[in-house]
Formats: sequence, structure tokens, C-alpha cells
Amino acid sequence: MSILEGYKGKYQFKWSSIPFMKLSGLEPLIFTPNTNFVNVGERTNVTGSRKFLRLIKEENFEEAIDVAREQVEGGAQIIDINMDEGMLDGEKAMVRFLHLIAAEPDISRVPVMIDSSKWDIIESGLKCIQGKGVVNSISLKEGEETFISQAKKIKLYGAAVIVMAFDEKGQADNYQRRIDICKRSYDILTQEVNFPPQDIIFDPNVFPVGTGMEEHRDNAVDFFKATRWIRENLPGAHVSGGVSNVSFSFRGNNPVREAMHSAFLYHAINEGMDMGIVNPTMLEVYDDIPTELLDKVEDVLLNRNDNATEVLLDYASTLSTGNVKEKEKLEEWRNSPVEQRLEHALVKGITEYIEDDVEEVRQSVDRPIEVIEGPLMNGMNTVGDLFGEGKMFLPQVVKSARVMKKAVAYLTPFIEAEKTAQQSKGKILLATVKGDVHDIGKNIVGVVLGCNNYEIIDLGVMVPAFKIIEEAKKHQVDIIGLSGLITPSLDEMIDVAKEMEKNEIHVPLLIGGATTSRVHTAVKIEHQLPSSPTIHVLDASRSVTVAGSLLGSNKLPFIEKIKAEYQTLRDYHEKKKGQKTYLSINQARANKYKVDWSNFSMTTPTKLGVNVWLNIPLEDIIPYIDWTPFFQTWELHGRFPKLLDDVVVGQEARKLYDDAKKMMASILDENTIEVNAVYGFWEAYSDEKDDIHLMDNNGNKVAISHALRQQSSKSAKAFNMSLSDFICPKTENKKDYIGAFVVSAGKNVATIAKQYEENLDDYNSIMIKAIADRIAEAATEFLHERVRKEFWGYAKDENFDNDALIREKYQGIRPAPGYPACPDHTEKQTIFQLLNAEKEIGVSLTESLAMYPAASVSGWYFAHPEAKYFGLGKIKHDQVEDIAKRKGVEVAVMEKWLSPNLDD
Amino acid sequence: MKLIEEVIKERILVLDGAMGTMIQQYDLQEEDFRRGWFENHESSLKGNNDLLSLTRPDIIEAIHRAYFDAGADIVETNTFSGTSIAQADYGLEKYVHDINVHSAKIAKKVAEDFTYNDPSKPRFVAGSIGPTNRTASISPDVNDPGFRNTNFDQLVVAYKEQVNGLIEGGVDVLLVETVFDTLNAKAALYAIEEAFTELNVKVPVMISGTITDASGRTLTGQTTEAFLISISHFPLLSVGLNCALGAKDMQPYLKTLANKSSCYVSAHPNAGLPNEFGAYDETPSMMCKQLEKFLNEGLINIIGGCCGTTPEHIRAIADLASSYKPREIVTL
Repeated sequence: MSILEGYKGKYQFKWSSIPFMKLSGLEPLIFTPNTNFVNVGERTNVTGSRKFLRLIKEENFEEAIDVAREQVEGGAQIIDINMDEGMLDGEKAMVRFLHLIAAEPDISRVPVMIDSSKWDIIESGLKCIQGKGVVNSISLKEGEETFISQAKKIKLYGAAVIVMAFDEKGQADNYQRRIDICKRSYDILTQEVNFPPQDIIFDPNVFPVGTGMEEHRDNAVDFFKATRWIRENLPGAHVSGGVSNVSFSFRGNNPVREAMHSAFLYHAINEGMDMGIVNPTMLEVYDDIPTELLDKVEDVLLNRNDNATEVLLDYASTLSTGNVKEKEKLEEWRNSPVEQRLEHALVKGITEYIEDDVEEVRQSVDRPIEVIEGPLMNGMNTVGDLFGEGKMFLPQVVKSARVMKKAVAYLTPFIEAEKTAQQSKGKILLATVKGDVHDIGKNIVGVVLGCNNYEIIDLGVMVPAFKIIEEAKKHQVDIIGLSGLITPSLDEMIDVAKEMEKNEIHVPLLIGGATTSRVHTAVKIEHQLPSSPTIHVLDASRSVTVAGSLLGSNKLPFIEKIKAEYQTLRDYHEKKKGQKTYLSINQARANKYKVDWSNFSMTTPTKLGVNVWLNIPLEDIIPYIDWTPFFQTWELHGRFPKLLDDVVVGQEARKLYDDAKKMMASILDENTIEVNAVYGFWEAYSDEKDDIHLMDNNGNKVAISHALRQQSSKSAKAFNMSLSDFICPKTENKKDYIGAFVVSAGKNVATIAKQYEENLDDYNSIMIKAIADRIAEAATEFLHERVRKEFWGYAKDENFDNDALIREKYQGIRPAPGYPACPDHTEKQTIFQLLNAEKEIGVSLTESLAMYPAASVSGWYFAHPEAKYFGLGKIKHDQVEDIAKRKGVEVAVMEKWLSPNLDD
Repeated sequence: MKLIEEVIKERILVLDGAMGTMIQQYDLQEEDFRRGWFENHESSLKGNNDLLSLTRPDIIEAIHRAYFDAGADIVETNTFSGTSIAQADYGLEKYVHDINVHSAKIAKKVAEDFTYNDPSKPRFVAGSIGPTNRTASISPDVNDPGFRNTNFDQLVVAYKEQVNGLIEGGVDVLLVETVFDTLNAKAALYAIEEAFTELNVKVPVMISGTITDASGRTLTGQTTEAFLISISHFPLLSVGLNCALGAKDMQPYLKTLANKSSCYVSAHPNAGLPNEFGAYDETPSMMCKQLEKFLNEGLINIIGGCCGTTPEHIRAIADLASSYKPREIVTL
């Protein structure tokens, strides 16, 4: 609710007869009535970013492109590009930069905003973009003639346009001038130029407030009012603005500036501003602005009282010493009524006072269950709603669940005494299927569903089908959810579906986990269970809606909709099948990757044979951690560290990162996680059947690695790759080597996680597992570097930073069985045997060939300079027969292991 | 004679099929490409099909006639490579005007004959404007992604020359086709607009993009909808897809166009995908089976064929199309 005088409620789009504004890069961007606000990236602007200016001046375009990429990854929906700087050839820089980003699909997928005060630069820019971009900007500054001719040109090039509220007399600086100029501009554009009204965007000038000048006091209010007027009176037109200008006089005081940007944006959006340039790192979440600060900021913005600026300035000067105050403010919530405190504790995830507060409520009600049914459920509903609206994120919800669990645990003895069953929305059985040990995702789903008042029966990991059936019958569950991370788990899920059908368990089946997909569920699982719906659930946040729809009163339309969707997927899959053409395995071998072996020579590994390294120092490993996947586990998407500054998830990401760092510190202190590795190197050669033969120091054969080869037919210049292409063929008669490794950080993790769980702390249980995964990956990276530099020693002079390591810029690869380059999990058996991994470091393989404990990594080392990662893709049956023969196993066995890769 | 804008409201219009495939059947020799015009030209000209409008107009005329005979409402001029950029490979930039004027005239004469004989079925000529062999959005140099071997301004000059020739020769429609780079197409539209203003005439403009593979994107990476949005500033008679894909694979993208576009929709797919010899295998009946699906869904206003299609294909397509209603335009 705005406090603006004469506020009419949030602006509602009213021009239904006018088409939507549609922009495009490689992909469309459409402004619908539901588009709240389109965020324009501002960092590729030399006038606004010193770093970008420096990069352009130095002609360091590679890094300048990274700036653009980070913006898009960080959520910019349009990128503003500005090269207006006295020392630059702006036209040349604009063209060069636009050409370069055209070659980067992850950038050029969004529309471009060509930003310049010089028409020549704008026109040159328009000649470089294939999509429909935005010109920023034109105005009546130089009179109607220029305005009209520029607008005509823009229309001819096909772009939308930002029109500044500027005319021959100067920039509009009050409400009346703003609307007069915008109206005049609009009329000329629509009547004389025939410019599409929906492609007109007005910038009614954001000017600073709090300058101390009388005439600036209404600067923000006038902007808001003009925005509303434009959207109500100029059919189809949009409003944009550069937000940071408003707080110009508070430079140096970021808390005030951040609050002011956020408050400005809030009001401007309410009045109808639907795009703008905002620096996400200079933005506070509106709801999080302390009431007192917000009040004072809004007094200034909305010109609510005469000395608002002085008051804010005084207040602002106290903010910099904010730490003590912060603490006081934090505890302020303890003064509210107990129901509100419970809600606060749940929403904020604070366990500190929960037992006291619960006890207080318990004494005031007749039956202890009422504490759960009343204030606690209300609090959890608030959490559920906020999560559903995207105002809370997964880590917060898991923390809320921790509070809830503690509260319930405290109450349980009292409830037991009474023995009243708790009303749950339904019973959901969750299990990680047989042979798979990965349970982070499953646990998150359990917590989220638990928060939403479902009763969760969690059977843990490696659960065989019969057990699932047994428990489902015993508990009379309403839904069964299966999870798995490795590809063989896909087959297990099919088995569970079959068993469910056989045992007449007619409840919905949910499928989730990294290798699962909608297509796989539709094509391979759904028809096994004709009597009840089978649904793929992409992530934890979707599980609540899916469960709700399945158990709600209106479930039939939902089920029908999913069925229809899956039918479409199957049809599409069916159609696609014949499309891809394949080579026979022999033809594929003829098109192998051709290494020139004539001048080949490979460094002899320093440490030939098997080596064990126990207790690798964690301090050495930590710098190699790639945090991005850690945040993905928590469903916070984006690249680290940029993610920490993300407008939407940045704040939560930071909190999560702080918690992770804390846990990391305690891991270091107490040495709770042990990292062990076993690795080895052998002389090796390849043969014409894609096999790699490994020999010990005496030349005795110790193992054969059976590589698979890509079979889809390639364009003229591409090869049908196999890992064996990177090992010197026997016929060349030259010495070559291969390595293998198993690294594990999992030894104590399950125990620690269990302790957390017993302590009702799912948050830290998930946290320790997610961190252990990262440590295992980092240790693998660290070991690989040592291998390259010392233990094998083929790249002694290599010198890369962590970022370069993550991007795999070094020589050699370490492909892991079960991943795209060698999806055959059975190769793990060869590695484990060669390295005696179970005995040496206590890592074993389950029947589905998952590594146990989790947080383990295994793979091969290839050192050839041309060795690179590739995806095997689909293969044909002839290769399955071929590899079964090479391995000396039944074809059916290999069929099972390779079924995800088999084109059928 | 009715205008194309009127006829298109009444029924599905049929576009002709491949020009190149038909020319191949004549087994022409080097001298066919030179006769009367380029006898002493230093480099080889065989394969530069647009020249045949000058050197063997009889053949081009016969091909147009064959397509009209088969039931086509519109034939395309033999000018796919009729720009100074494409002709530069042969050193024939200065013949661009001749190529376009003559090509348009040949087609127009045949069209007028047919219309005269059966005024109830007026025939039209579409001036074919190809993509040129250069692209403004992609670098030909892998080591320098910022490099370009053509640009918007050069493309506008080249396209304008072609458009002037086509209009002078009397085309009824302009067809910017096989758009694999939307920036090239935008330059063509820019050139067309300039030519209209300078000549003070206007003809309807059709545009047809090319989705290169199952990714559903143009060669320069745009999705079908992004392509549509990028050319939406120009008032078009129709937007459509041609080449690269057969009818079957084209369907989902055509559907996008039909759903999102406020002008008429065209399709002229290849006769399937090329086999290992580069030839196209789909027979008229196979192709019609696929096209029937478009027609059943009411996606289409203009339908024809691209690579590998022949008058036999077009005859089958015309038969098929006659029993379906055209797509109705929804104003968005």
C-alpha cells in the first residue's frame, strides 16, 4: 500500500486492444500485463562502471564480455550498452562489442539496449543487432525535425525506443512539464511517425531528492505521478528510469541509499514503471528495511514533512555504527505477543527461544495439540505461502522446519499423554532407490513437504523395491516418492513402478533426482503403472504443489493434464527417434578422433603403480572448492560469487554461505571430515576395438578399460570420439600411460549427519552432506593438479588460478565413469579393482555401482594434450553387443547398464 | 485481375517448387551459362543459375510454365543469388540489374499468359531475394569472432539494387527467403523500404526464415518467435519457413509462427532431408502426407516446395491444398 496522496492502487494495465511490447535477442522478451518489472543490466556502460570503461579502453574485450555475461547470468533481462566517453571512439567500440557478444549465445539471448547520447553511435549499433532491441534514447531536445527523423529511422531498423522527458527548453523537472513533454512526444510518434505505441518507453527523469533545495523536494513524487499519468493516458506506452540517481545526495551512506532505491522502486512499480536500470548490489529488500529507516526515507521520497531531509540525515549518521543497534533491534521482536513470536521464530528460523515460547502457549491452551494446530501451523502456513510466492528460499524453509521440529519434539511428551493423532494432509513415503546412496535432494523434499504438514515416512537410502512396497502397505501411504542420482537408479525406479502395479498399490508415484527427467518418466516409467499417476518432480519447491494437487479435491484435471503432457512428450520422443542418424560401430571407428602420433612422446609418471594418500590436509583442498553446485543443491541458482549479489536470492545466498563457512571452520577445527585418496598410473596402449590395455611395471597385463565410442553421424569436420583415441595405439610402438583415482571425503559424514538428524536439525544434516560433496570434488581437483605437476609430472610448469581450474583450462582430463564421456558405470569396477579402493580407503560399490560412502569421486586420468571431455550421446545396439563381447558378459547385462544411452 | 491480397483471403495459395532441381535435369554445360552474354568471361560460370535468365531464358520460362501448369499460383523469379554480393564470386556484380529485370520479365510474361487463359485463377510472380552468401552476424574467422565480411550498409546497397531490378521487371510480390541471419533480412527490409520510397511504388512483401536443425533456431541462433519479433516492424503479407527441413520437422516451428503472427503464414519445405548423395527422396505423396498435417491444423495460407521439389510435387500439393481452408488471421 502506497502512502502517496491520492493513491489509486497498483497500476493495472488497461490497453487490451494494443499489442504487447515484444523484444528479442536470440530469444523473445515479451512485456505482458503481468510483467511486473524488467531489470536492465547497467554494468556494460562506460559512464556508469569504471571497471568496464577501463576494460574497453585497454581493449580487453574478453573480460568486458565476461561483464556482460555475468549480468545476464545474474538475471538482467536486457543489457544496456553505452560507450559514450570522450577518450573512446564510441562508434567503433559499440560495433566491436556488439559483434563480439553476437558470438556469445548466453549473452545475446537477451535483447540489447543501445545507449548513447550520440545519434551516430545509436545508428551504428542498430546496424549490428539481429534482434529487436531498444534505443536509449531520443527526445525533443533538438526540436521536432530531428526527433521525427530519428524515430523514423528507429522504426525502419526495428527497435523500441526510450524517449526522455526533454524538449527544446530543457529537461522536464516538474510534474506538469513531464506530462506535457511526454504527451507531445507521444502524439508526434504515433500520429506523424506511425510508431507502434507499445514500443514507446518514457523516461520521465529520476532526479535526486534530499538535496536541501526547496524545488527538489517533489522530485520523486513528480516522477511517480508522471509515471501513473503516462500509463493511464498514453495508450500502450511504458515507463523506465535510472533508479540510482534518486539517492545522489546520500552518496557515502549505503544503508540509506539501498533503502531509498528499494522504496523508490516499490512506489514507482506500483505507479506503473515496468522497466529500469537498477544496480542489484545497491538494493535492499523492501520488506527488510527497518521500519524506522523506511519511514524516514519515505518521508523524504514522498515529501511528507518539511524537515524530512534533516531528520533522515541525522538518523543516517547513526546508522554507520549500526552493529550494536542491529542486535538491539533483533531482540525487539521478543516484546511482541507470543503467537507473533512463534511466527517470527518460524519465518526467521530462530531456535533460541522456541521451547520457552511453546511452553508459554501450552500453558494457555486446554490441550497441547492446540499449540501445533494453532500458532505453529499458522506460522508454517505463512512460511509455505512466502515460499510459494518466491519470497522465501529453500535454505530458509529448511531452517523453519528445524524450528518446527524442535517445537513438536518439545510438545510430543505432553501430546503422547493424551494420544490424539495429529491431522496431516497425507502420508508420503520417500526413498532413495536400491543401489543409490545419494539423499540430499530426497531429504530436502522431505523437509519441504513436512513443513507443509504432510507426514513423511523416509526409508533412507538403498531401499529395495520390496521394502518400499511393504512399508507403503504398512503405513497406507498416499504418495510414494523415489529419488536417485546415478543413471542405474532409473532402472530401479522402473522396477519399483512394476512392483507397485503388481502389488496393486494404487497411489501416485513421484520421481525426482538429478538423472531423472520428464521425458524418461513419460517414456519409461509411466506406462508401468497404468492404474495411478506417475509424475516427475523437478525440484523440492515443486513437490508441494504436486502433492497438493494429487491429494486435493480437484485432482482429476491435474492428473489428466499431466497425462496429456506426457503423451505429447512420448509422441515427440517417438518422432525424434528416427531423426538422428547413426553410424555402425565400425563406421564410427573409421571416423575416430585423429591424433598425430608421429611426434608423440609421453612423460613417464613419477609414481608408477598404486599410491595411497590418507588424510589429505583440508587447508590445501579448500581453495579448490567450486561453490556454484553447492548453491544449486539448495535451489539457489546462479554462478558463485556473483550469486551473492543477486537481487532476488543474493541475501539468502549470503546467509547460506556464512553458515557453510561456519561449518567449514568447525570441520577444520575438529577435523571431522577425512579426505583419502588412492591413485595409480600404468603403461597403456589402445587397440582397434576401443579397448585400453593396462600393464604393470613388468609389462604384465593388469586390466583392460573398455571405452565406448560416439555413434551419431557427424558433420564433415567432427569426429566420433572415444576416450581410447587419446591413448597411443599399440601399432605406433610408443610408450603411453593412463591413470586412475578414487577420492573420498565421505568417511564420517553419515555419522555426523545422523547426529544432526537426531538433534532434529535437518538443515545442518543437509549442509554437512552438501559440503562433503564439495570437498570431495575439490580434493579431486587438487589431486589432479598434483598429478599433472608431480605424481605424473607431465605439466610441471602449469600455473592456473581456481577459476581457470574450474573451467578446465589445463592439459589432460579426468573423466568419471557414469558421466557423459564414459557413461558405463561398470568401468568403476575396473578402477576399484586396480586400486583396491575398498581396502585402501574404505570406499565400496553398491549393486548399482554407486560409490559408498557418498561424497566420493572416481575416474581415469588421460594426459594427452588433445584429450578433451565430450558427451558420448546415444549409441546403437551393435556397440552394446560389441562391448558385451569385449567384456565377456551377456548382452542383456550391458543393455541394462547402458539403457540410458541406448537409442531405442 | 484480382490482387494477391484479395485472393489470399479466399484460398490457400500455392507457391512453386525448386528451381535448382529443375535446372539440373537439363544437364546444362558451361556454354549454356555464357550464351550471348558472357562468351569471353575469364572464370567458369557453370552453376551460377541466375545467369540462365539471360543466357537460356527459354529454359527458365519452361520451368515457370511447368509450375503454373502444375497448379502454382505464384512462381519465384530465378534471382536467388541476384545480388552484387553473391555475384562478386563470379566477378559479375555489374550484371545484377540485368539478371533481376530479365528474370522478373520472363516470369511475369508466363504468369500473364496463364491469367489470360484462365482469369478466374490469377497467377503471380514473387521476386526471390536470397540471403546472399555472407552474414552480418557471424564471423567467418574462427580466431576473431568480432570480424565480419559484410555489414548492414553493404547489404542494403546490394539488396536495393536487386529490389529495383525486380520491381522494374514487374514482380507482384517480393519474397525475402531462406533467412538464416535475421540481420541480413533486416537489411533487406530496410532496402525494400528505401526502394519503395524512391520509386514511389509498393508491392506486398513476404519473408521466409530457415530453421536449420532440431534445435529450432536459425543459423544465427534465434528461436522462431525471436525471429518473428525481430522482423515485426515491417508490414508483411506473410511470414513463413523454407528450406533446411522437410515438412515433418518444420511443423512445430510453423505452429509457433501460426500462433504468434498477425500476418499470413507460408511454408515451402524441402522434399525431406537430403540423403547421403545430397539428393531429396520424398515423393509427392510422402510430402503431401506431412503437409496434410499442417493443413489439418489450419496453419497455412501459402504452401509450396523448396529443395528437391518438382512440378509433380506441386501438382500434388495444389490438389491437396484446394480442399482445405486457409488459416484465418487473428489480430493480436
